Amino acid sequence: MTAVIANGFVVKQPGMLSLIQDAGRFGQHHLGLTEGGPADKNAFDWCHRLLENVNNETAIEVSIGGLILQSHCHTTGCITGANNVVKKNGKVLPLWQTFEIVPNDVIEFGYATTGVRNYFSVAGGFQMQPQFGSCATVVREGIGGINGKALTAGDNLATMSNKNKRVCSLAKSKQPKYLDAVQLRIVLGYQLDWFTNHQVQRFLNASYEVSKQWDRMGYRLSGAKISANKTAMYSEGIALGSVQIPADGQPIILLHDRQTIGGYPKIGTVLSLDLDRLTQCRQGAKITFESISIEQAHNALHLAKFNFENTSVVKANDVAGS
Amino acid sequence: MSDNLIRVEVASERALIVYFEQELSTKLAAIISLFCQQLDQHRGALTLEVIPSYTSVLVQYSPFETDHFAIQKLISNVFEQLETQLGDTLNSSPTDLAENKAANVVELPVYYGDEVALDLERIALHHNLSKEQVIDIHCEQLYRVFAIGFAPGFGYLGEVDSRIAMPRLETPRMTVPKGAVAIADRQTAIYPAVSPGGWNIIGRCPIAMFNPATVPHMPFSVGDSVKFKAIDKVQFVELGGEL
Repeated sequence: MTAVIANGFVVKQPGMLSLIQDAGRFGQHHLGLTEGGPADKNAFDWCHRLLENVNNETAIEVSIGGLILQSHCHTTGCITGANNVVKKNGKVLPLWQTFEIVPNDVIEFGYATTGVRNYFSVAGGFQMQPQFGSCATVVREGIGGINGKALTAGDNLATMSNKNKRVCSLAKSKQPKYLDAVQLRIVLGYQLDWFTNHQVQRFLNASYEVSKQWDRMGYRLSGAKISANKTAMYSEGIALGSVQIPADGQPIILLHDRQTIGGYPKIGTVLSLDLDRLTQCRQGAKITFESISIEQAHNALHLAKFNFENTSVVKANDVAGS
Repeated sequence: MSDNLIRVEVASERALIVYFEQELSTKLAAIISLFCQQLDQHRGALTLEVIPSYTSVLVQYSPFETDHFAIQKLISNVFEQLETQLGDTLNSSPTDLAENKAANVVELPVYYGDEVALDLERIALHHNLSKEQVIDIHCEQLYRVFAIGFAPGFGYLGEVDSRIAMPRLETPRMTVPKGAVAIADRQTAIYPAVSPGGWNIIGRCPIAMFNPATVPHMPFSVGDSVKFKAIDKVQFVELGGEL
């Protein structure tokens, strides 16, 4: 039988920025609520797939690191994402692999060496009340997670008990590599007539750096200045991954916590698959762009979905941790 | 016919944007609102996210359910239905369409004091007006809520009198205070919470723009009208404003 353990985990130390996320908040744009959700959807999806979670469960998105949790439950956990040393009771845990958690275990995240974000979840996810249809935390809005905030010391995370499972892992060769030079595929076309051909070529040939302003709302780049023909426009809905060019000419790639409406010209939209790699970058990472068509974008999405579904999970015969 | 009235563009791998090729008006706002209602009826069969704004509607879909060709077709069909339904009103100037949605007028108090009106002097100088004139012009106008977005409770109000219109800041501020009343081109708005932003700040409103715990969550919705009323510092603080 499964039961909810109200204090399944207690946050001993919240780390730099640890956020409860589910797949995101949809259908609330009439109030101006953004979608939130995992910055690196691929790592988030793998975390749940390895745990055999299939119902839009929550995970903790640990940015940079420093999170320490103490367990009061018996469950199975999994950590994916950035290269980080995570220890259970002082012993290094393998990432991209499920492991057993028993009461009084202490899980301690180090600080990511390459990549930025780790995802930690347990069988059945962390149990909490959705707000506006989702548990995704958007700090800027004060919505989701626990009181609309990043995790803080003393927070209790409810879990389901008795969800012990087999050890599942993703083969090393299938794990994503987090690099500090990333080429992003971009679908041009959106408001392209606002930029001269010369400006578009300049943008596509430039090598940008992630500036010091990078967060879940957007990554501001620094490098070749791009100028738009037009600056005054009516604000309009913004799609995930839109590359906005403000008057200072430095592109901003808008991410999951972006404003839903805005009024700067946009040169194109980054393929969502590549946002997973961008959000694992930090200040100083090199960013270049490659133009693709909408048809190539759809092909890439379907191929990635096929590959995700057809990559086998390595299943051990023993139960997690035993 | 619909080809001349709307233009549909690929906005991303999973979004199209519909531009309504018309001057901004309350009539257009009513057309956009009807268009969104009709599009909403296709939700369920399809995962659709619809974000209306001044002269556009962003339509997000799932690329694993459908593609941009099918959504483009759907948008054309929905618009054609709307044309049939509205007939000549779509092309004619009468504003019956707008008027049948009797607008609710919401009055919002604003403190325009120097310590909160960070860009007021710059706007005044730019237009060769006094600060008081800018405030008067801002308060005279009846604004319509054209869109809600950017942040929860952020209403895009239009249109600002061209005598005090001001382009966005070249580099957006990293932090704009909660309640900041601001102008960008011919739009005005109240920042519901602390956030980055590139609008010109001219005052501060003590009324909460978004409260997740109460229903309604916001003092206005799309289609309502808003009028600003200048208040002094004492009134601002009495109404719960924070400096």
